[in-house]
Amino acid sequence: MVSLFTVEGLSGLLFFGFMGLTLAGAIVATNARSLIRSVAGLALCFLGVAGLYYYLNSPFVALMQILIYVGAVCVTIIFAVMLAESSELKQITSRNGLVGPLAFLASGILIFALAGLALRTQWRPAPCLVNRGTVENLGQSLLTTYSMSFELISVVLLVAVVGSLVLARAGRDK
Amino acid sequence: MYVDPEIIRLLAFLIGVIAFAALNAAYLVWLERKEAAHIQRRIGPKEVGPFGLFQPLVDGIKLMTKQLIVPAGVDPVLFKIAPILVMVPAIMSFVTIPFSDTLVARNLDIGLLAIFAFASVNVLGLLLGAWGSRNKYAVISAARVVSQNVAYEIPMLVTVVTLVMISGTMNLSKIVGLQMGGFWHWNIFNFSASPLMPVAFLIFFVCMLAETNRAPFDMAEAESELVAGAFTEYSGMGFGVFFMGEYANIVIGASVATILFLGGWDCPFGLFPGVHWFLIKMYFLIFTVIWIRWTYPRTTFYGLLNLSWKILIPISFVNLILTSAMLKVF
Repeated sequence: MVSLFTVEGLSGLLFFGFMGLTLAGAIVATNARSLIRSVAGLALCFLGVAGLYYYLNSPFVALMQILIYVGAVCVTIIFAVMLAESSELKQITSRNGLVGPLAFLASGILIFALAGLALRTQWRPAPCLVNRGTVENLGQSLLTTYSMSFELISVVLLVAVVGSLVLARAGRDK
Repeated sequence: MYVDPEIIRLLAFLIGVIAFAALNAAYLVWLERKEAAHIQRRIGPKEVGPFGLFQPLVDGIKLMTKQLIVPAGVDPVLFKIAPILVMVPAIMSFVTIPFSDTLVARNLDIGLLAIFAFASVNVLGLLLGAWGSRNKYAVISAARVVSQNVAYEIPMLVTVVTLVMISGTMNLSKIVGLQMGGFWHWNIFNFSASPLMPVAFLIFFVCMLAETNRAPFDMAEAESELVAGAFTEYSGMGFGVFFMGEYANIVIGASVATILFLGGWDCPFGLFPGVHWFLIKMYFLIFTVIWIRWTYPRTTFYGLLNLSWKILIPISFVNLILTSAMLKVF
């Protein structure tokens, strides 16, 4: 039994705290009535996941999670909602009574299956150990072993940027 | 009961960092009012205490005793959470800033990245607060904040990447360690890495002004057009916390500029390096930030975006390419 007033004890407590934060954020994101609150819940969920990464010895991934998901993705979503959603509080009332229980059942089965899969698989050791926040290993493997996927991802992003520009231009001419 | 000394150290730093942020916010308001007054040939606060030095205390008591009004139409949760979302990341950033070689709460290996990650949450707080207050001025301000922050984050990060390439590390203490031994070792005068280093410092400084929404880039709370922008509906300490967050962000920006370009706690003449030199440089930068605010008028919004996309981003990329070429050649 680790005492609570040691670094390990407190980090264990914080790890559980971040787990709770992730779950709470996810629940807010799916159940909130207004869209903006959903995004706020999503941001909370991302923060929780970043905390989990941090306490799993990957501070670099944790900070990237905050920088990209909270700082960029959530801000972009909120911006889009602000521009698109003029009158809020449109509630979806026509909903079958069976939807809730069935959704719970489906997600329960999914969680059960994923957990079983994760526990029974013989995991191969990670190709590189990105511990203590060293960025060198990560950068080297991204630019050597995984350079193909790295380049493909940038092509996808480029296509997305060019596509959105084309769409925006087409809208402007009308 | 056994308590780990590391926990006590962290607790002491936590309290110290919060006190530092709050004290800075209070006394930077005083400095701002005094400096503005002297630039405009006035005296400024002078009634409470010598030179008006107790004015921040009285202001704080006034802000805390005022009623917190939550207007009827707002989204109460988002409205209340927004000031916290602006303040907390600012305090988190202080954790990894090294004030001297020993005075640092947590010397992260990726400290520079940590500061930029936490700084990016700031925008989210302003956005949620602005949307939550259901006020047209606030929403206009939010739209401006986002486009301004996105535009100025790019040249700032490109400049920082240049610095990381030169230093080879994101550990802030190590970056300062590489610049020790007199002002000619500082990154701002590191001409052997890139002849454009003073320009890079200027780009960083301008971006810092824009990222912290300071004049001449304070489009987000342009008083003459938007009442108070994102803070329009906030009263009492809600407004106060936003204000503290803004000043804390200025302190962080000035600290990062000091660490990256001005040699951190290094003395310019190689004598007695220490935390005092860090504070002197940092407060000089903050003084300049306030000086600029009371000297130049606000830019227009298109001027602001053009400056970033057409001038700062190209120059910062030129600096990046030049630096990498010089690193490769020499």
